[in-house]
This record gives sequence, structure tokens and C-alpha cells, in this order.
Amino acid sequence: MPTLTLKEQPAVPLEAESLSPDVTAALALDAVRALPVYLGKRPQRVDDFFEVEGAAGDELEIRGDGRKIKWIGRGMTRGRLTIIGNAGMHLGAYMKGGTIEVSGSVMDWLGAEMSGGSIHVGGNAGGQVGAAYRGSLSGMKGGTILIEGSAGLEVGMRMRRGIIAVGGQVRDFAGLEMKGGTILLRSGAELRTGAWISRGTIISLTPIRLLPTFSYSCTYNPTFLRVYARHLSTLGFRIPYEEKDGAYQRYTGDAAVPGKGEILVWKPHAS
Amino acid sequence: MLRITGGKVHDPANGVLGVVQDICIADGRIVPQVEGGRSIDASGMVVFPGGVDVHTHVAGAAMNFARGITPENYRKASPFIHTPELRAGLGGITPTTFATGYLYAGMGWTTVNEAAVPILSARHTHEELHDIPILDKSSLVLMANNEIVLDLLEAGEVERAKHVVAWLIWAAKAYGVKAVNPGGIVAWKFGKNASKLSEPVDGYRRVTPAQIISSLAGIIDDLRLPHPLHLHCNNLGIPGNVSTTLETMKVLEGRRAHMAHLQFHAYGGNGWGTLRSEAATIAEYFNAHTNLTADAGAILFGDAMTVTADGPWEHVLHELTGHKWSNVDVENETGCGIVSYTYKERSLVNAVQWAVGLELLLLINDPWRIFLTTDHPNGGCFWRYPELIRLLRDADYRRECLKRLPPKAQKRIVLADLDRQYTVSEIAIITSAGPARALGLSQKGHLGVGADADIAIYDENPASGLMFEHPRYVIKGGVIVVEEGQIRAVTQGREFIVHPSFDEQIEAYLRPLFEKVYTISFDNYPVAIERLAQPDIRACRP
Repeated sequence: MPTLTLKEQPAVPLEAESLSPDVTAALALDAVRALPVYLGKRPQRVDDFFEVEGAAGDELEIRGDGRKIKWIGRGMTRGRLTIIGNAGMHLGAYMKGGTIEVSGSVMDWLGAEMSGGSIHVGGNAGGQVGAAYRGSLSGMKGGTILIEGSAGLEVGMRMRRGIIAVGGQVRDFAGLEMKGGTILLRSGAELRTGAWISRGTIISLTPIRLLPTFSYSCTYNPTFLRVYARHLSTLGFRIPYEEKDGAYQRYTGDAAVPGKGEILVWKPHAS
Repeated sequence: MLRITGGKVHDPANGVLGVVQDICIADGRIVPQVEGGRSIDASGMVVFPGGVDVHTHVAGAAMNFARGITPENYRKASPFIHTPELRAGLGGITPTTFATGYLYAGMGWTTVNEAAVPILSARHTHEELHDIPILDKSSLVLMANNEIVLDLLEAGEVERAKHVVAWLIWAAKAYGVKAVNPGGIVAWKFGKNASKLSEPVDGYRRVTPAQIISSLAGIIDDLRLPHPLHLHCNNLGIPGNVSTTLETMKVLEGRRAHMAHLQFHAYGGNGWGTLRSEAATIAEYFNAHTNLTADAGAILFGDAMTVTADGPWEHVLHELTGHKWSNVDVENETGCGIVSYTYKERSLVNAVQWAVGLELLLLINDPWRIFLTTDHPNGGCFWRYPELIRLLRDADYRRECLKRLPPKAQKRIVLADLDRQYTVSEIAIITSAGPARALGLSQKGHLGVGADADIAIYDENPASGLMFEHPRYVIKGGVIVVEEGQIRAVTQGREFIVHPSFDEQIEAYLRPLFEKVYTISFDNYPVAIERLAQPDIRACRP
């Protein structure tokens, strides 16, 4: 496995879409060292910024505070990418398969327009997680994004399929213009969650403020959540679903679009 | 000086159909003989007059708006990287200005006609046309919903309307007049449309779409403009619009007119579920009436961008598709709508549209009157013309494509029965000689002595369906601009405009109207001739 250790923080963002298992798997270490990265508009080499060690292989490890390293794992289809530290914007954007594991935090556009694979972030994420890039009709179309910490604005904006689960609180406009898929919020969200949602499910385990264009529909324990909960528990992310513990209040909306989306808010039984 | 030797020359305007002969070039024009200079060996190649696009949308406020609302298209588009010779740019569905020039020239097209310019955005349009390199350009100004003109028609003051039209053409530094959905955009400002030719337009008591069409066609004939009225009929895209189109063509009897993107106006049926091709009906009438020319406005499956002054139609399209939509009001002159769109093979409606475009091109007998366009970017991008040419030249390939359409669509079209295959010379007519003649550009579209040396040289390889995709050489104004698939030289093209005569006193009539209804002052309205990089004022017809 090639291991890249960041020598020092670049002065301006470094665009490093070559740092992906798809690219590095077939390369000897010297070829990895010579891969192009862009510092601003200037092409440079990977070893201008990273110490490259280890042996060639399907996996790739990046160490250091890479908060200014953009586009890591762009469009990756296979293999495993481990980041010990932080990563910059657009991590795993357009990704189709494989796994990304980040111990620290990541910036905006994590997994934007991804269609498969899974991303696990130990720290916090920025805004536009799994979102559609500006102008695109749909964001994430499949795959899984798990974030232990908090996330920023427009989480899952225009997403069509897949799961985004966030442990900490997310900011405004989670699920903006969502068309499908599931967003799980363990610690709730700030304002305007689910604005313009036309389909899809947002689940919050804590009470959240709802837009006036969402209407209460019922309180129940959806069957599908059992399946979800089991799947998520294998990923280390627990959600309640037992009737003895409580039930979900279902709200439908957004009536402003009008849409058929839903927001499920967990309400534990009074103990 | 340049000599092209050994190529099979297709110059239908001069009756040369695939004859091996030399072409000599000096000072940007074709001459009988040259001494010395470079020689191009075109053995095994065909030599065409440079392509002329009679109807395209490449510059102006609406195109810029379309570019602005579709950033996602540019992420997928092929880039032009900045080099010492080339400016950076992006291709895709609505290419940027410089890329537009490179892409057209790279395909062998050397003249384009920007088909819809509101006078209020004419200055912007000319700035963008200036930034489209290599090509010669002309533009048509929108007139059929101009409320000053319509008010005069309402009052029966046709003579004064003629002077206003002439003044407006010169103010916009345009080459001709385009009419889009006559009366419909005026009505759109009341949330309505003009779907009946003989009913008064909303906001008027007497003026009907039919009257606007016949008056404008008459005015343009009187002004002796080189290009006749360029007409986008009412009810574009609506099932059953064939009756409107036929009625329009009857209104135009005895006058010249160019029917734009005819494909969008040849539908039968009474709803989307019953849409069928009426190309045969249109072609039958069209074949018998030589006062008309038309361009196909064919569609190709894939992504497109619909941009038109026809605001009410774009609203219908938005409601149908849910795709993003913009609507622009252009004061007293016109409107504009924009909706991004994808033509799909599995869609019954799109399949019929695809067939109608090809059927019109195959059923209209005279290639001198029907021209190859996709109404770029409405029916497909101009850089996909080679795909369209392949469909016209190869009936077997066409039938292969037909098999992929929904079975229901096969019953609504007649394409399967058409065996006609375009000859190479006929392709030269519908892509160059014909449109040049319809535009009244006497030095374009042919390779006779005195013509502009705009030449495209293609490999003659009948096995390749896409022989027109990559010209071996493109020569523009005597300069080799494309060689071996690379842009070798970037020249600045001319802009063709006309200066029809009008009574100078008309300004005294217009000025107070402007002060009252326009947001800009009268003196700032006309585009100064100095704004155009290389204006070429063309004479009106004798």
C-alpha cells in the first residue's frame, strides 16, 4: 500500500484528483511520485508535497492535515482510500465504488454526485455533503456517507438515492430539493430541513424545527426502518426502531413544491 | 496564393458536380489562375464550398442566459485549452463564443446567420459575434411582436411601418428580419398566446397574426432586402400545428419567405398521445410553392437547449418537462424563454420529431429550398450536423436507427418508406449553396471565379458514415484555418448588414414614443457602425 505523508500545508489549495486507488493501483512508487497535481494552475508532482513510501497496491493511505487538498478520490470505482488526518473539498466526488475512510474532518462537497461506494468520516464535514453541483439536476445517486461529527449547509441537496447519516448536528437546508434517498440526523438540524423536498426520507432522532409547509401525518414505527437499522448497525451507526422505546412522527411535504417527501422525528416514550 | 489540385469539386451553384478540377485562390477570392504559392494535393478528396448555416443561435443575451443557467453542461463539455493561437473556451451544448468559431470552422462551416436578435440586445449580440472567430456572420432582428410596429399596423399605417422597420434594421445593424410567433409574444405579456391566425392579437382590436405576417413579408419585399422574411410560425411544437403552418404558407402566397425550423411545425394529432408526422402534407404544399425556402430544424437524440423568443411555448415545455426554465421580457419588442431539454429515443413524441425532420429533408424535392439545420441549440448542437448528413445519405443506416424507436412511433411516421439518399452534391446544396442563395450572399456557397475563398476539403471515403466530421482542410477567405484536424490560423470574419433606405423624418416620429415607453434613451438605442469589427454593408436587391 503506498503511503503519502503531507510534507507541509500548501499555500493555496492543491488539486489532487490523481490521488485515487484507481490511478495508483497499477503504478510503481516512482510513478506515484511523478503523478500530476495542480497548485493553482501550475502542474506539479505528488512528491513535491508528499513523502511517498510503502509498496504498490490496491489501497492508498494519505497522512497529514490535508484540508487544502481537493478532489482526492474523485470518481474512484474500487479499492480503499484511508486518510489519517483531514481532507479538503470534493473528497470522493463522483465516486462510483470502493471505500474512503477519514479519521479527521473534511471540507465541503464530500461525496458530491457520487453514485456508489461508501465514505466514513470520523470528524466533521463541511456543507453540500452528497449534493448536486450547481446546475445539476441530481446529487448523490447511491452509496453511503457516514459522518460521526457535524455537517454544514445543504446536506444531501438534490440527492436521488443512497444514505447520508450524520452523528452531530447539521446546519440549514438539510435535504434541500431532495428527490429520493435517506438522510439520518442523530443530533438534529438547524433551520429549513427538507425545503422543496419532492421525495425521499429525512429521519431525525431529536426534535427539529419544521417548515410550515410540512404537515403531520401519523405516528408509527415504519417497517423499513428495522431493515435500515440493522444495516446501519453493521456500520456502527445505531438508530432506535423498537415499539417499546418509542415511535416516529411522520410529517409530509414540502407542500410548497408540492412534494411527497417525509420527515420522521423520533419520539421516545415518556419514561 | 493557393492552388487546390486533384480534388473532386462539388460546386452545384455552377453546375460542377464532382468533377476533378483545380481551384485557384488569390487575395481571399477564387481566381482563374495563379502563379506560384502553395499547392494542396486534394487527390482522393472532395472540395466543397464552405458551409453556410442559415439558422442558428450563437450569440446574444438569450444565449448568454442559456449558458448561465446550465453550468452542469460545461462540466461535461470538451474544453479548448488556451494556446498562443487559440483562446480558451468550452464546447458542449451552448459553446462559448470563441469555441463556437473553432467548432464551426473545424467542421467546414464558414458563414453563420444568428437568427434572433432583439434590437435592445443587438449591441451585446454584435460584441459576441465579434468574439466568434474565423466565421463570417449575419444576424436577423426580431420584429413580429414589436409594439411600435404593431400599433402602426393597427392604425393601418403600413407605409410608415415600412420606414420604422427599415430604421430598426439599421439601428440593430441587422441583415434581415425574423418573425417569431407573430402576435403570440405580445399576447404572452397578458399570459396568453396567439394560436389562431385570423383572430386579433390580445391587446389589439384589429391586428391578427396573419396580418402581421403578410405586412412584414410585404414590407421586406418592398425594402428589397437580400433575405426574405424569416418566419417562425405560430403554434411551434404543438400537436396538430400543421393546419397553422399551411394557413401561414397560404397567407404568404405571392411573397417570398423563409420558413424556419419547419420540423417543429409539421405535426398532426390533437394531443401528445396522438402526435404524428404531417411532413408529407407540408412537403406536398411546399414542393408546389416556389416562393418559399425552409430549413429543417431537425432534432437529434440527446441533450439540447431550447432558446427562443417564443416565450409562451417555452412555458408549455417547462410545464411538460419540469426542467429549468427562464423567461425574459424584452420591453416593447419581444420576449424570450429558455428550457434545457433532452430528446429521448424511447419517447414517442421525440421519436416522431426525429422522423419529421428527416422526412421533410427527404420529401421536399428541391434541395435548393430546404437547408440543413438543427435550429442549434434547440434540436441539437450544430457540431452534430455530420450525424444528420449520415442519416440523409444512408437509407440502410436510417432504417437501423428507426428500429430503436418505440413501435407506436413507427405507425405515426413515414420515414421507413423513404428510400431517397442524398448525393454528395446535394449535401453541398443543403449545407452551403442553397442557404447562401437564400440569404442573398452572392459570393458565398460556390467556387466560381470571384467567390470568397471559403472551402472545405473532406476525405472521400464512402465507407465512413461520418466523412463530413473532420475536414482535411478548411480555407476561409483564402487562409488555411484548419489542417490535419488542427486550427492553424484564426482570422476575424466579417459581419454582413444591410442599410435599407428610410425617410430620415421617421426619427421625429419615433423619438417621443421612445421617451414614453422605453427604459433607455432614443440616442442610446441604435448600434453605432463603429461597434462592428468588420461590417460589410450588402446592397439591397435591385
